[in-house]
Amino acid sequence: MRQKHKLLRETPSQTAGPYVHIGCTPNFAEMSGVYAEDLGTSMKTGPVKGEEITITGQVFDGTGTAIRDAMIEIWQADADGGFASAESNFTGWGRCPTDMETGQFQFDTVKPGQVPYMDGRLQAPHITVWIVARGINLGLHTRLYFDDETQSNAADPILTKIEHRNRVPTLIAKKQSGGSYLFNIHLQGEHETIFFDM
Amino acid sequence: MTHKNPNRNGYLVRNHDGHPAALTPAYKTSVTRSPTKPLFSFPGSMGEQMGPVFGHDMLGPLDNDLILNFAQPGEMALGPRIIVRGRVLDQTGRPVPNCLIEVWQANAGGRYRHKNEAYLAPLDPNFGGCGRMITDENGAYEFRTVTPGPYPWPNGMADWRPAHIHFSLMGQAFSQRLITQMYFEGDPMIWQCPIVGSIDDTEAIKSLVASLDMAEAVPMDARVYAFDIVLRGRRQTFFENRWEGL
Repeated sequence: MRQKHKLLRETPSQTAGPYVHIGCTPNFAEMSGVYAEDLGTSMKTGPVKGEEITITGQVFDGTGTAIRDAMIEIWQADADGGFASAESNFTGWGRCPTDMETGQFQFDTVKPGQVPYMDGRLQAPHITVWIVARGINLGLHTRLYFDDETQSNAADPILTKIEHRNRVPTLIAKKQSGGSYLFNIHLQGEHETIFFDM
Repeated sequence: MTHKNPNRNGYLVRNHDGHPAALTPAYKTSVTRSPTKPLFSFPGSMGEQMGPVFGHDMLGPLDNDLILNFAQPGEMALGPRIIVRGRVLDQTGRPVPNCLIEVWQANAGGRYRHKNEAYLAPLDPNFGGCGRMITDENGAYEFRTVTPGPYPWPNGMADWRPAHIHFSLMGQAFSQRLITQMYFEGDPMIWQCPIVGSIDDTEAIKSLVASLDMAEAVPMDARVYAFDIVLRGRRQTFFENRWEGL
């Protein structure tokens, strides 16, 4: 005999399915009139501090096909490293369905500041990314870092912990000539993105 | 530069046993969309332990009434009227207040209102199929809708989804983020569905099945289904036996 633990079990995940837009971005699904606008469409409610940036990308399946029914959410600190402070015009949270033709997603956001890790060390600027879609049974967590943050990336407590160094670039958005950052997500294959259990 | 440890109250490590595996070949789409490499484990930091906050003031009066929120004036959605209600708790049993819940579903005939939907069953001109609400201080939520119909879907040639309602939950931390589906007590299709079957633990599946609560039914109006949801819980703080600031 022994005492029993009393923790409840987390409710199991089920796939978001092909019609996640109906519930999460109904205006994108061409169902207008129910909600004024889709949540997470805009991450700014007014002028914001810091460098305004655009992030684009696609989500590729194991055959190399861009997924056209995924939904991506991001969550991040503001330019000062704070999260959704009441005084700020920056929500920190964005939601974007991938385009039904091209599979593209896009976020207009700000470059996040540095946030401390559990031991007090500063992490490199990063964005938390969550991906759901038909065929994904449990939402996938990953992180987006920036390729022009070489120094802080080299000292980042998470990036430096990754054993397979050749996979680290899967977490790093690449600055394009136009100024936006490209962050492609690969569910499988040679360039499979590192997904996190955290 | 160092900061105060923000990780003191992190979230309990996710137990994957009750969740579906990434690769569940009977659900064909998972074959090319499932990561093949192990997840990288690390204790999250503020980004994972916080999340966006939504206020009750963002909700419209009909947001949790799927019978009326897409209907023409004076009209109502067609189908068996139900109220779904329950509580959102964390693993320690505490209520999760201010949790944004978004729901979506097919109409009573099993047809979704979506551009990519090809099932021959008709649309209901008075039913959209989306709703949302925010839990109160006790973690409670409710919405009114019609029972969704089962429908065939392109997987195996004879695969039908059991009647279900999709739920998206945004708790207090991004690491609590969850999308799931609610099924209905007594539906024989539950146990034949490859998506339900992606979960290989019968008890875990049962936790997705709402129970019919006739005691709460609204006379001559609607039946009630009860459905509680559990999100990841916070770890307890280890009590440090010293004065603050020492």
